[in-house]
Amino acid sequence: MTQRAAIAAIRFGLGRRPDEPLAADPEAWLAGQLRPDVPAPALPAGLPGYGEIAEALLRDRTEREQARTAAAAAPPAMPLAPVLPRQLRLIGEAETRAHTGVLLATATPFRERLVAFWANHFAFNIRRSPVVAAHAGHYVREAIRPNVTGPFAKLLEAAVLHPVMLGYLDNNQSTGPNSPIGWRRNLGLNENLAREVLELHSVSPAAGYSQADVTAFARILTGWQMRPFTQPGGGVWFNVNRHEPGTKTLMGRTFGEGERSAPEALAFLANHPATHRHLAEKLVRHFVADTPPPAAIRRVEGALRDTRGDLGAASAALIGIPEAWDRPLTKLRCPQDYIVAVLRAVGFPAPEGLGVVATMARLGQPLWQVPAPDGWPDTAPAWTGPEAMLRRVEWAHAVAGRSAGGADPAALAEQVMGPLANPTTLREMSRAGSRRDALTLLFTSPEFQRR
Amino acid sequence: MNEHLPRRTLLLGLGAAATLGSTRLAFARAPGDARLVVVLLRGALDGLAAVPPYGDPGFAALRPGEARDPGAPGGPLDLGGRFGLHPRLTNIHAMFQSNEALVVHAIAGPYRTRSHFDAQALLESGEARIGTSGWLNRALAGLPEPSRGARNGMALGTDIPLLMRGPTIVANYAPLTAARPEDDLMARIAALNAPDPLLGPAMREGLAQRAFTAGALGPQPQGTQAGGPRPQNPTAELARTAGRLLAEADGPRVAALDMGGWDTHANQAQRLPNTLGALDEALGALREALGPVWRRTAVLVMTEFGRTAALNGSAGTDHGTGGAAFLLGGAVAGGRVIADWPGLAPDQLFERRDLAPTTDLRGLILPLLREHLRLPERTIAATFPEAGGFSPMRGLLRG
Repeated sequence: MTQRAAIAAIRFGLGRRPDEPLAADPEAWLAGQLRPDVPAPALPAGLPGYGEIAEALLRDRTEREQARTAAAAAPPAMPLAPVLPRQLRLIGEAETRAHTGVLLATATPFRERLVAFWANHFAFNIRRSPVVAAHAGHYVREAIRPNVTGPFAKLLEAAVLHPVMLGYLDNNQSTGPNSPIGWRRNLGLNENLAREVLELHSVSPAAGYSQADVTAFARILTGWQMRPFTQPGGGVWFNVNRHEPGTKTLMGRTFGEGERSAPEALAFLANHPATHRHLAEKLVRHFVADTPPPAAIRRVEGALRDTRGDLGAASAALIGIPEAWDRPLTKLRCPQDYIVAVLRAVGFPAPEGLGVVATMARLGQPLWQVPAPDGWPDTAPAWTGPEAMLRRVEWAHAVAGRSAGGADPAALAEQVMGPLANPTTLREMSRAGSRRDALTLLFTSPEFQRR
Repeated sequence: MNEHLPRRTLLLGLGAAATLGSTRLAFARAPGDARLVVVLLRGALDGLAAVPPYGDPGFAALRPGEARDPGAPGGPLDLGGRFGLHPRLTNIHAMFQSNEALVVHAIAGPYRTRSHFDAQALLESGEARIGTSGWLNRALAGLPEPSRGARNGMALGTDIPLLMRGPTIVANYAPLTAARPEDDLMARIAALNAPDPLLGPAMREGLAQRAFTAGALGPQPQGTQAGGPRPQNPTAELARTAGRLLAEADGPRVAALDMGGWDTHANQAQRLPNTLGALDEALGALREALGPVWRRTAVLVMTEFGRTAALNGSAGTDHGTGGAAFLLGGAVAGGRVIADWPGLAPDQLFERRDLAPTTDLRGLILPLLREHLRLPERTIAATFPEAGGFSPMRGLLRG
């Protein structure tokens, strides 16, 4: 394997699977994954749409109420077992199994890295509420994945006006104080979503917006909420009775009232120069270096400016950054990337499913449970706590134990690391007392921790 | 008496003073013997809910559903006539009654951002701009050298927060739950990583720390395997562990602990009590685990900013400015509320929406470094490079 092929698979991808065909032209292999005609990954049948999610939430609630009634009627000597929200659990298991299955098996790993990047940019936590949890897989499948190589405005609207984000950042409750519901029930704004979209998802504080802009944007967003799951169809709707009437001025731009004002304001923010700068810096930090080279940021920023925010063009610009092809690779694999890279290397049959999910939690990065709306950290010091490193070692040792019957460790090192494997590592592996120990050394070597 | 004396005190030659009667003085003045725990509440605690100013008529106007007098159903625990504590904060209240808790109100850091992430990073780094090290780590440089293999600072949880990152190596503890490779393989892995500037120290420190904590805590409890039952209150588990390790004679002197769950934008009255209860339980567990060392301990509980004075449209509160902080422990001259109270009338609020900050949080921190940890002035200058811009509070500590 050439060095450029190894870097393409490791820096831009999810780590090599030994059974993957080697690309003759690594840059073309990466660029090919950005084409709009790349087929969506094969997902198991039966993952729920909006309507089925709403039915499932309703069924859970009905069962809970029935259990409560039964418990009240039962004699005290016969306590009933607590009823778990069964549909929610089934959806969660199916979605996480499907998602991790894609990560382990995909033949377009650069694209999946972009999905992970944007899902972290539009971060969310399933512990926020059952509604957020029930929609999490749908959000990644339907709002994020189809939009990672299109216009940023489309991705921004798809993510922000999805039940996950409307629930996670409280827009469901935000009510125009002068809207009919606001008047009748004396309700008002919740500015959480507006503030985080400005700060984290689009222009960032560098744009210099004020509290008045946050409030104005919160007013624009009023009315966009999840459809109550007691109504058929589910998904999102615009509740005009919660919408704040009148025009609003956001960062010098005036927006009218009504359903279209939020998508218009999101498009305005998506195409703001400060947004391009913010996204470029985050992309370069993620794919190139913890301290992004200024020229590299300018290159990606220029691609976004020249294409009015085309994320395919921005991603292609990343491939063209000279530093991206330098060694040694300096970015640390975060726990989720690390787990996926190890499991792709040993070729565990996908879907490994729930085992992956439990390990992500154990290594400090539980799936779809970002602690705060700013997403998982993207620099190495956040992931190099001594305890966290030891847990990687212990888990890698366990995996090596399960897969030691298979490949020759030295051959596997060549297949997954190529010339990026350190000679010291290869020498230590050859001296290891067992295949298991040799694989453990490969997976705990400093170069395997990097991408 | 003597068997309770930490070995380090005896080694420093201060055991004699302790046996002569003025025990508290001797304990408090032993250099490097004081314990400091910093609890960072991430997400912005609502100071007006935690410490309701029930004596201010403006409070009832802002929060009609919350304003109750002490003794009323659901009313606060009284703090002496103007302020109360949320009813779930019973351990803090008991500490207050035994003069071991200071409650500080209308306090905030020097920044006025309403961004969680900037505010936390500024609060942790302690500098005018977000740096790469935290003030608590920089403070460690002024403590006496720990004994061989031990660390003066400790972060609880699987990662090290910015507050504890920096030039001094700190210990890191999270419950051990998996079988580990044999010692020989671990040594090879550590050697393989040793030349790596990032992973080498982490791996070495992790191994050293495991050996230390295993000795101090005894065997790890079963039933905490991956997938097994989660502890009901993980913060209390970590706080109890912190207390046990801090109480060791050769253990750490300074510990940092994070707790989330404070960003109550909606339905605050339903969500906040359990979070406050979990915090209170953790502080009680810390006190219990510290045992006699509690006397030499100060616990700072702080948050990045307060929340809006009035409720928002969904019975929650949005990001605000002034809030509350707590200073707890046997070393604290407690039993008081410290507040230069700005009032809650509309024109008394900061930008007409938040409790106005009248006390600089750094003024609460600085005496902990100078009078409690007794750090040299040059360490303090490096810990808070901007220390000219605020006045340290006086009389926070005993002795």
